[in-house]
Amino acid sequence: MNFYNEMYDADGGVREHYKRYEAWLKETPPERIERKRAEADLAFHRVGITFAVYGEEAGKERLIPFDIIPRVIPSKEWKAMERGMRQRVKALNMFLWDIYHDQEILKAGKIPAEQVLDNAQYRAVMKGVDVPAGIYAHIAGVDLVRAGAGEFYVLEDNLRVPSGVSYMLEDRKMMMRLFPELFARHKVAPVQHYPDMLLEKLRAVAPQGITDPTVVVLTPGAYNSAYFEHSFLAQQMGVELVEGRDLFVKDETVYMRTTQGPQRVDVIYRRIDDDFLDPLAFRADSALGVPGILKAYQAGNVTLSNAIGTGVADDKSIYPYVPEMIRFYLGEEPILNNVPTYMCRKKDDLAYVLDHLGELVVKEVHGAGGYGMLVGPASTREQIDKFRQLLLAKPDGYIAQPTLALSNCPTFVEEGIAPRHLDLRPFVLSSGKCVNMVPGGLTRVALTKGSLVVNSSQGGGTKDTWVLED
Amino acid sequence: MLSRTADHLFWMSRYIERAENLARLLDVTWQMSLVPQSEEAANQSWAAIIALNSLEEAYAAKYDTVNGENVLRFMVSDHDNFSSIYSCLRMARENAHAVRGTLTTEMWETMNSTWLEAREKSFEQIVNAGVGDFFEWVKLRSSLSRGTTLGTLLQDEAFHFIRLGTLLERADNTARILDVKYHVLRPHGEEEEATDFYQWGALLRSVSAFEVYRKVYRDVITPERVAELLILNSDMPRSLRFCLNGVVKNLELLSNNHSGETLRQAGQLYSQLRYGRIEDILKDGLHEWLTDFMDRIYLIGNGISKDFLVPMDEAA
Repeated sequence: MNFYNEMYDADGGVREHYKRYEAWLKETPPERIERKRAEADLAFHRVGITFAVYGEEAGKERLIPFDIIPRVIPSKEWKAMERGMRQRVKALNMFLWDIYHDQEILKAGKIPAEQVLDNAQYRAVMKGVDVPAGIYAHIAGVDLVRAGAGEFYVLEDNLRVPSGVSYMLEDRKMMMRLFPELFARHKVAPVQHYPDMLLEKLRAVAPQGITDPTVVVLTPGAYNSAYFEHSFLAQQMGVELVEGRDLFVKDETVYMRTTQGPQRVDVIYRRIDDDFLDPLAFRADSALGVPGILKAYQAGNVTLSNAIGTGVADDKSIYPYVPEMIRFYLGEEPILNNVPTYMCRKKDDLAYVLDHLGELVVKEVHGAGGYGMLVGPASTREQIDKFRQLLLAKPDGYIAQPTLALSNCPTFVEEGIAPRHLDLRPFVLSSGKCVNMVPGGLTRVALTKGSLVVNSSQGGGTKDTWVLED
Repeated sequence: MLSRTADHLFWMSRYIERAENLARLLDVTWQMSLVPQSEEAANQSWAAIIALNSLEEAYAAKYDTVNGENVLRFMVSDHDNFSSIYSCLRMARENAHAVRGTLTTEMWETMNSTWLEAREKSFEQIVNAGVGDFFEWVKLRSSLSRGTTLGTLLQDEAFHFIRLGTLLERADNTARILDVKYHVLRPHGEEEEATDFYQWGALLRSVSAFEVYRKVYRDVITPERVAELLILNSDMPRSLRFCLNGVVKNLELLSNNHSGETLRQAGQLYSQLRYGRIEDILKDGLHEWLTDFMDRIYLIGNGISKDFLVPMDEAA
């Protein structure tokens, strides 16, 4: 396979936007780099930027490895990506409004109705609910990868509770602390205003008539894998970090229990899945949620961010239709590529997929976090056979895509500096007509040689992401 | 502020203060045990520490005999003993973790690294390096927590709940140290013994009050004055009066619609210290007086919990 290297061109020359960094790396004594890397490790531990891994010992926390070689994106490239994501997220929000209201896109036959309406992520309780400014996904995490010829693809749109933005911010802080001289040599676009931007968006979607809204972040609790991020964002925005038990609903209004008595809550940036939000409406066994919150939400007395029911739009079985949405709602041609996708629910597609399991990536339609997927070229015969059985048993639970030649970037690993595959997750914020993002995003890197799975739950690391200003 | 947040802050500060005071108590007991004395007398002091924390049963389940090494191991490093220094530091960190966004970066990093370091220290390592060093370390980490709190935290509700936890815990702990040591020392009555000077000196040092004593009294050390200093002095940061003064002040700043009764109880207790005389306290027996004091501290703690920390009824 032909991989695109972010730093070097095909002839081994350093790409223009990496020249200064590469020169710095050459002239900096290895001992100094080693010392700085150790310093970074220590600092991440002390700050407690850790990550709980499901399936390991309860309460155990692990560091996400941080790599000091940044992923650099020239300004021109970023501008195109930015336009593409703006377009995409706009269309996705319009799609969500549509399917919970008049369902024009289904009537027009652009997407098979049963694909949407029978989807487990479609929430009938949201039908006819008018969310503020018509925005469902206030925060979207669009996963981008660069393939062989240097072109970008959208791998998936995360519209439920995308995470990772705290690592983006902490990685930048760490780089500036370790190597201030690098920032003197490069014009790196700043990202630290993200929490400000987020708070502004959240305030902008408060229920009607509320001029000074109380915003909170709702977390499942200190043992959640992303707890660091929840607490970090609440702190950076200067709002309360609440758990379900801190909230209650009275007269279709949400309150939090404070030392001075109940206080009304207007906007909830919730980091809990739909299923666990309200034991009266969804999973009755959820101890994380707030009984009655759905009623308060339907009554328009509180804004949930993201809205309930966004999962239907980032579902892997809906993903192939996103280019169609862009054409339908915006009358534009998609700027960013979609990865060609075989839907195993279709007979022809399934037959093709079964014949080519060794070359394809197979994903569960509702899967996330790199769990439950098969990377054909990197799998053993047993693993492939196991997936064949899974596919035959439940074809509509899977999609398949060609294995993309994910671009790679030099990365510090045990044997020195070696190329490793990476992706990019920018965080796209929407409120009303405005769609904004800070330049760059979170770069995730697969640290295992040859691995194409970058998820931190699968041993992935992160890099600082630099968008260079001209 | 969220009730739950206040609860975590309150207990975070109580646990770190408890760890410090436990280190102080163990330190003074250990130092006293170095002064020549009968083995029985020494073991009595160690047993008193177990009794003071009502841990007789848990201790007996693990050890047959009471001696310095066993008690130290049990109170310093035992993971199952929720009152050990190890457990206190873990609980302080867990409470801090639950509200890390409310803490300043410096405070959180202090709490977290204290725990990370404590976790790495086995009892054998602690003994080999000298238990005295370990106790110093615990006191230093507690000072650091307090220092980062004072030096970096906005003095709003969060700060007041932290102070409340610290001072309430300290009042209780100073009372305990005094209670247990006073009784070990007191039986000598009027007969002065040479060792007494060292014993009282160690007690004063355990609450960082040796130099203070000299400054305040400029005279020899007598049990009555030690009691007076630790109970009634207005300016000694570990005295009961000083602590209660702070409890009342912080409660006033935090007051809500329910907290009147708790404030009254705290105010009443403070008044007794503010206007009390040591002769009167000793006349009825110091042990009885201290027991009553600790009971009332316990009630005030419950009151704070009910008024502020435990989620209020929805109808409230």
